[in-house]
Amino acid sequence: MLKGIKIFRAHGVQYLKDLRNARVSPLFMGRPHILQGSDSTRDELLVRLCPASAITSAPLQIDLGKCIFCRECEFANPGRIQFTNDYRMAANRKEDLMIREGGDKLIRLFEPAVRPEIRKIFKHALKLRQVSAGGDNSCEMELNAAGNVNFDLGRYGVEFVASPRHADGVVITGPLTSNMEEALQITWDAVPSPKILILVGADAISGGIFEGSKAISRQFLNDHPVDLLIPGNPAHPLTFINGIMDLLAIQNK
Amino acid sequence: MMTDRKYTEILTNPGKVQLEDIPVLDYDDFISFLDLLMREEGTHCVAYFAIPMEHKYRFICCMAADENHALVLFSHEQARQPVPILSSITRKHFQFHGFEREIHENFGVVFEGHPWVKPIRYPFNRSDQSAIIQNHPFYSIEGEELHEVGVGPVHAGIIEPGHFRFICHGERVLHLEIQLGYQHRGIEQLFVEKPGILQQSVMAENIAGDTAVGHTLAYSGLIESLADVQVSRRLSGERIIALELERIGTHIGDTAALCTDIAYQFGQVVNEALRTSIINTTQLWCGNRFGKGLIRPGGSNYPLTHDIMETMLKNITEVEDRYLQITHQIFSLPSVLSRFEVTGKLTSMQATLVGAVGMAARSSGIYRDIRWSHPFSAYTSQAYEPVMLHKGDVWSRSMLRKLEVVKSIEVIRKLLEKFAIDDLQLTNADTVNRKSEIVHPVYDLNLAPSSLAISLVEGWRGEICHIAVTNEAGKIIHYKAKDPSFHNWMALALAVRNQEISDFPLCNKSFNLSYCGNDL
Repeated sequence: MLKGIKIFRAHGVQYLKDLRNARVSPLFMGRPHILQGSDSTRDELLVRLCPASAITSAPLQIDLGKCIFCRECEFANPGRIQFTNDYRMAANRKEDLMIREGGDKLIRLFEPAVRPEIRKIFKHALKLRQVSAGGDNSCEMELNAAGNVNFDLGRYGVEFVASPRHADGVVITGPLTSNMEEALQITWDAVPSPKILILVGADAISGGIFEGSKAISRQFLNDHPVDLLIPGNPAHPLTFINGIMDLLAIQNK
Repeated sequence: MMTDRKYTEILTNPGKVQLEDIPVLDYDDFISFLDLLMREEGTHCVAYFAIPMEHKYRFICCMAADENHALVLFSHEQARQPVPILSSITRKHFQFHGFEREIHENFGVVFEGHPWVKPIRYPFNRSDQSAIIQNHPFYSIEGEELHEVGVGPVHAGIIEPGHFRFICHGERVLHLEIQLGYQHRGIEQLFVEKPGILQQSVMAENIAGDTAVGHTLAYSGLIESLADVQVSRRLSGERIIALELERIGTHIGDTAALCTDIAYQFGQVVNEALRTSIINTTQLWCGNRFGKGLIRPGGSNYPLTHDIMETMLKNITEVEDRYLQITHQIFSLPSVLSRFEVTGKLTSMQATLVGAVGMAARSSGIYRDIRWSHPFSAYTSQAYEPVMLHKGDVWSRSMLRKLEVVKSIEVIRKLLEKFAIDDLQLTNADTVNRKSEIVHPVYDLNLAPSSLAISLVEGWRGEICHIAVTNEAGKIIHYKAKDPSFHNWMALALAVRNQEISDFPLCNKSFNLSYCGNDL
């Protein structure tokens, strides 16, 4: 018992008090910033370099839905692209994940596209069902971490449940493999309406580096509108939680 | 090419040979030579696969001769048409079961006498396109007192998909069949299709995201071997630090998860916090909590600076103290021990038969660890003694993790001390920035033509094996990425026999195998 108290004392207070303004290490790769520049040759090199084909040129843009945050573009041309510490990258429209040149535009939800019933019904209690459709387990581990003692997603009444029958929505990780197509559809159909759909990680949002692989099948996403997109490789728990807070219009408690 | 020599040897890890130097034996010779090798204690198969060529298949077998610290390669060839029918090796050496099943699934080759030709992963390019994962024919037993429980592919928690089909008598599990393939993304094919080294490095990171360092280290070693590139001793040491940090982080996370599964919440939260500290240390180093971006061929974008080393040492010391405290508590509680002990027992014989690797093997008394048998990177200059336990139950696999955490912290500490001494030789500015020392990754490399290279790493689950075969132009035409889970899923299936079905989550957690690592 005394040993237990000693451990408890050493454990201390672990939860991050302010998830909107948490500190991450200096090298953490959040939202990238494209600085003004005009060297089209060097820009073309970046386009060819990007292993996820996330960079397009004229004008130079980075698609955070494809970006795997490998930072190679910054190493190749640190005067043009710099990854900031800003972990708040969730969006609800794919076009809002396009990073454009100049200006340090923050990524925020497009409010008119948020379905009103989401905030009306789920604001104080949101139960989510997780479906890994080919995820490499890093996003899955970070989603687990979002509910741990440090990030404590549960403080907002948000948690992951064991059955689609208990859920208000589905969180998908992974590029959507063909072998998971049926299971994903069955899970989605089993969630009662109204329900929300969230994509976590580059693989889920765009197929990531698996885009074009004959083993994936993303038809499901053509048929079902997505309510929240969380970029990352993997998506950091802070990015996920802030996205949820934005979707539910939760101020920091 | 038939010669009197039956095999070729690779004595380094990673290492490469010319394809033409791997002897081609006729199948009967191949089998008898294999029988001979299998008599050596500690010899196990790390790879057996078929390379499709224009009119034939070249079957390459690579055996790890642990006692001799060598890799032994030999091969046989079969015409593609008609579809080869071969006598199964598995009948006599059960650890080949997965390799033969994979070859059958990919190419339709028939292995006569194989006890159970079960699909490995239902890949998109499988030989039998009419077989689909939704219709998998699960093993069934007739009986009025028996019932079946099907779990998955989508599981209760946030965890990768797989299907577990139990045949139960009341609460007792008579048989568990595990079917995987839901995570199949076509990785081996993509390695061939995407020839850029940066793209392939990123691919390696995503084979199993929780083993990003392990797999990229295997891949980088492979490419460096094919390109005859040597990295500095310093970088080799830093890579081992990254690998051991990954091991520590996941072992502590597993300790937390094991506590969760027995409802010991105190153990869960304390370990969760400790894991956060470790992976945040990795993040401090390279910006990513899983070490993605950290390991690349030829160099590194993230040198270990003096400041990071200082913080790292502080963090691992604190984590060690608190981890020892909490695990002492965990392993003294009768309520914990009553769940862990005797549960999910994998006997030494079962582990040997199925060819178990890594933690699952060492917890059942099998002396098997690539850091000892085929040292790679900085392990070539420091002897490593594997951590061993013998009971093969959940307790053993949990305790092994604790012991390996302590050992890995020691490995990191020694390397950090060595670096600190080395850095005393540099001037102050150099030490802090190491700017003059940075050797960035090299993505523009020429690979040896007509070669086969192999690279083994002891990831936190166990033995990772990457193999690449190049053509006359030095382009990779065939790639094999093997995660340790490929061997160990069958071990889990055996471990739950005659156990309570309610102990399944605990048994599963005690192995913690990779679904995507198996599925590729």
